[in-house]
Order: sequence, then C-alpha cells, then structure tokens
Amino acid sequence: MSLIQPFPEVDHQHAVFADGLMLDCGVQLAPLTVAYRTYGRLNAARSNAVLICHALTGDQYVAETQPLTGKGGWWANLVGPGLAVDTDRFFVICANVLGGCMGSTGPAEKRADGTPWGTDFPTITIRDMVRAQKLLVDSFGIGRLLAVIGGSMGGMQVLEWAATFPQSVFAAAPIACASHHSAQNIAFHEVGRAAIHSDPDYYAGRYWEQGRIPAQGLGVARMVAHITYLSEEALTRKFGRKLRGANAVTFLEDVFEVQSYLRYQGSSFVRRFDANSYLTITRAMDYFDLSAEHGSLAQAFAKTPTRFFVASFSSDWLFPTSESRALVRAMNAAAARVSFVEIKSDKGHDAFLLDEPEFHAALGGFVAGAAKALGV
Amino acid sequence: MPDTTIQYVAKNMRVDLRLIAEMITPGARVLDIGCGDGALLEYLALAKGADARGIEIDMAEATRAVAAGLAVIHGDADNDLAFYPDAAFDFVILSRTLQAVEKPREVLRQMLRIGQHAIVSFPNFGHWAVRWQLAWTGRMPMTNTWNRGWYETPNIHPCTIRDFFELCERDGFVVEEWLAADDDGLKSPWRRSAWLANLFGEQALFKLRRK
Repeated sequence: MSLIQPFPEVDHQHAVFADGLMLDCGVQLAPLTVAYRTYGRLNAARSNAVLICHALTGDQYVAETQPLTGKGGWWANLVGPGLAVDTDRFFVICANVLGGCMGSTGPAEKRADGTPWGTDFPTITIRDMVRAQKLLVDSFGIGRLLAVIGGSMGGMQVLEWAATFPQSVFAAAPIACASHHSAQNIAFHEVGRAAIHSDPDYYAGRYWEQGRIPAQGLGVARMVAHITYLSEEALTRKFGRKLRGANAVTFLEDVFEVQSYLRYQGSSFVRRFDANSYLTITRAMDYFDLSAEHGSLAQAFAKTPTRFFVASFSSDWLFPTSESRALVRAMNAAAARVSFVEIKSDKGHDAFLLDEPEFHAALGGFVAGAAKALGV
Repeated sequence: MPDTTIQYVAKNMRVDLRLIAEMITPGARVLDIGCGDGALLEYLALAKGADARGIEIDMAEATRAVAAGLAVIHGDADNDLAFYPDAAFDFVILSRTLQAVEKPREVLRQMLRIGQHAIVSFPNFGHWAVRWQLAWTGRMPMTNTWNRGWYETPNIHPCTIRDFFELCERDGFVVEEWLAADDDGLKSPWRRSAWLANLFGEQALFKLRRK
C-alpha cells in the first residue's frame, strides 16, 4: 500500500528568542522560534509596518509561493505591490503562529534532546500566539504597527493584539471572526480531533516513532472543517449533484463530485500539516473568549486608541455577521473608531480568502486612511 | 491640496447638509446617522477637523464610505444607537431620516443621550401644497418632497414643524436653533413664525439639546 508521506522539510526563515515566552498555562517556553516572512521595506521612522495574522491552517507565506506545496500565497490577491495591502508602501510581516508547523515552535519541532514535542507541547492560547508575534515585531524595533490584519483565527489574533497591546496597534482589521468560539465552532473542532485520535496511525500522538502520520484522521478533520468553510450555495454551485465518471448513480461506488473534492482536500492537507499541531491550534481557538478575559467585551476595548475595521460575509455560517455586529457594538460602547461592513457573498467563510472586490476596496480604503492619518 | 478637496466635496454635498455643517463647531465629535457615502463626514473631517463617524443602512453606500477611509458602520437608527455610551458625541445628526425610522421618539431620545446636541432635518408635512392636495383631492399628497405612493413610501412617520415643536416640548428637548428651507435648501424668510414656516417650509432643520 502506498503511504502518504509528508512534504520534505525545508528551512524556513526564522528568529530565535532565547528567553522564550511565559505561556498563559504557566509554562516558560524557551527558546522560542518564530518563523516569518516579510515583504516591502520598513521606512526610517518604522511607521509603515503591517502585521498579517494567518488562520488555522495558514502560514507565513501570505504573498508568495508556498515552498512545500508550490501553491501561491494564501492572500496574494490582497497583499502585494499595488494591492489593498500595498507592499510598495508598507512593510508587511507574517509569522507562522506559535504551535504551528511551518517553522515556529510547535508540536512538530524538535526539542533539545532531538525528539519532537508531540503531545508534550504545552497548551497555548491565542494570546500566547500574539505575544510570540510581539517578540518578533519588537525585534524589528517597531514600536507601533500601522495595522494588524487577519481573518478567522487571524481575526481572533487581531482582536487579541488590540486588547493586549493597544498602544502598539494603530489600526486593526478583524475579518470574518468573533470574540469567542461558539459551542457550534467547538463541536466541529471536536469532530476533527476525535477523527485524529481514533486513527490507528495516531499512536497516542507519538506517530513519528512509527514513521507514520495519522493521515486518515487528519484528512477527515480537514474534510469536516472544509465543509464549515463553504456555504450551501457555494457547494451547490460548484458541485450540485454532479457525478464523476458516471452518467447515473449505480449504488456501487461513490461517484459524487463533492466526495472526490473533499477527499482531495483531506489528502493534500495531511502532507503539509502536522496532526498534533492541528490539535494544539484548534484547542487554542476553542479557549478563545475575549469577554471572559476582560470581564466584558466593551471592557476589552475600553479607552482603546486603536481604530477598527470589522468585516463579515453574508453567507458565512461559521462566523456569522451577528458575531461581527456584536464586536462592533462593543467597540462602539468603548467609543472606539470603527468601520463595519457585511460583504454580500455566497461563498461562505472562505470568502475572506477569495477575490471579493468590495471587501478588498473597503479594507484597502481603511488601511490607506490609517496610513494617511499617521502621515505614512 | 486640501483646499481643492474641500471645494469639491462642498460643491457635491446636498445643500441641506451644508446648512447642517454650519452648525458644527471645529474639532467636534460627530455621529451622522444615515450618512450615505459619507460626503458630510468627509467635509466635517477636512474642513472642521471633526472626529466624524457614521451609520448607514444601505450596504453599498456604507462600503463606499469605508473604502474612502471613513469610520462608517452598517447599521440603522432604530437598532444601533443604544450601544453607544452617554455623551459620546458633541453632535448627533439625523438628516431627512426621522420620518422613516420605526420609533422616532426613541431615536430622538437616544440621540440626546449619546450626544450633547442633536441636529435633525425632516420634510415638513404641513407645507401648503401637501395640505391643499389632501384637502382638495381627498387623496394622499404627491409633491417633490413626498413623491412615493402611500403603499411603498419608506416615510412611515411624517410630521409637521408644529408637531415637532410639540414633541420637543413634551420630551423636554430645548430647541437651540431652527429654520425652514425650501427643497433646494435655501433658507426661507419665516424665521420668526413657526406658523408661517409650517405653511411655507418644505424642509425643517432643528438643533436640540437636553434641558
């Protein structure tokens, strides 16, 4: 049988912080590696830096070819020369999250004794991810970021940046996200984690010792998650009840287009993503609850100097508009300067990654307005 | 070239918005409810150095305003004002929208809770042409201002200038300034008489504060 093999390892650009980081769970994680990419040039005043925060399965290759998969940057339609986040004008930073598997310290990385962290990797939070990014930003000598931008889990990091380091964020753009992970969000994540745990190749998290990866479980986790990223309209438009290599349903085999699409999503994902990393990051998302951290959501933004741009997508049922509106109302209660639009799209949660001209125009206008206000 | 920008904006701004802009003090915190694409906000920010924010119910307009770098949220007067803290703004503006909201009285109350001053403009249902048409034909009036059939008009709460004075009196709002204007926004000469203004003014503009 042919085993699915992960992509060969590559050396990612990174910074090492010897003192590491005190995590929310009380563990001191040191040394700490943060893998990152930058685009554009930092100006002399160091006032043109924009931090992009990636989503659950994203990485630091926001605007260039991913070295493992060979696919284009995940936000290459938004970040680049002349685009909404213009790399001719801004210095764009994107870091692999703490707990990730593209070079930052995480379960797949090796410890001093040469073995991977695996399931020994401590529990992390979204705030821990943000603190790791702060170390990186500080290392560039950047006192205040012009903007922090991210969608989905990236949006959670944006909110956490504004709440934890308000003086370091001039403008914040949390996209297609929420102040907390809902019960439904957690439930879907739990299905994915259960699939990984029940894969015989998981070996209680020590699969590397057997030279295996829990491809089946991780693939199923990806398939479930992928369904939540799409809307029913998007699935219907893309696949409907179309058959693959058959003219009629025969009841003998799986022939629907949508089935093979999901399988492809699952099987390509497992080559680039580590299962323990997936478990660690999904848990961090589940723990996220900004109002619990601060007493109330408005309290999280009390007296904030940060200006906000909140955007949701009309067919996103994973992070519905009502969640974004609740964020906006809390920001209004804190008298924050906030812009908010719900972009009409039938593409579901995924829309934040896709070519949505209205979204790009609105976000671009917001970033340009912030740059103008700072004289960048 | 900020000067050319201001001229450009002012030239393209509805005349009643210019009258409103005259009432705003420099550097004020302003909320414009029903801000459209944000022409007034942009003007107030540029010409008066105002911290200008907006609420717009139409998504396309709100998106245009945000794309222009303005602090505009998609929302509406009936549902979103309650979330702002007391006295968050110096001026809260509602232009040509009061007659279309679900609860005008509550909207006014919220405006004067979150703002020191409220600036409200509305089309006057007491105008002689409206009265004449209703009295003479026995049908709902159709004028330049009231130009949609009763079955499809968004203007569900029309009022007259005298009605509005009475509501302010009843709810304890002080009328600091008021004026009546024709449809082109030109100030009309009935400055001293609410009775005459109510007969000849097509639009009314009020500046209110709490008692």
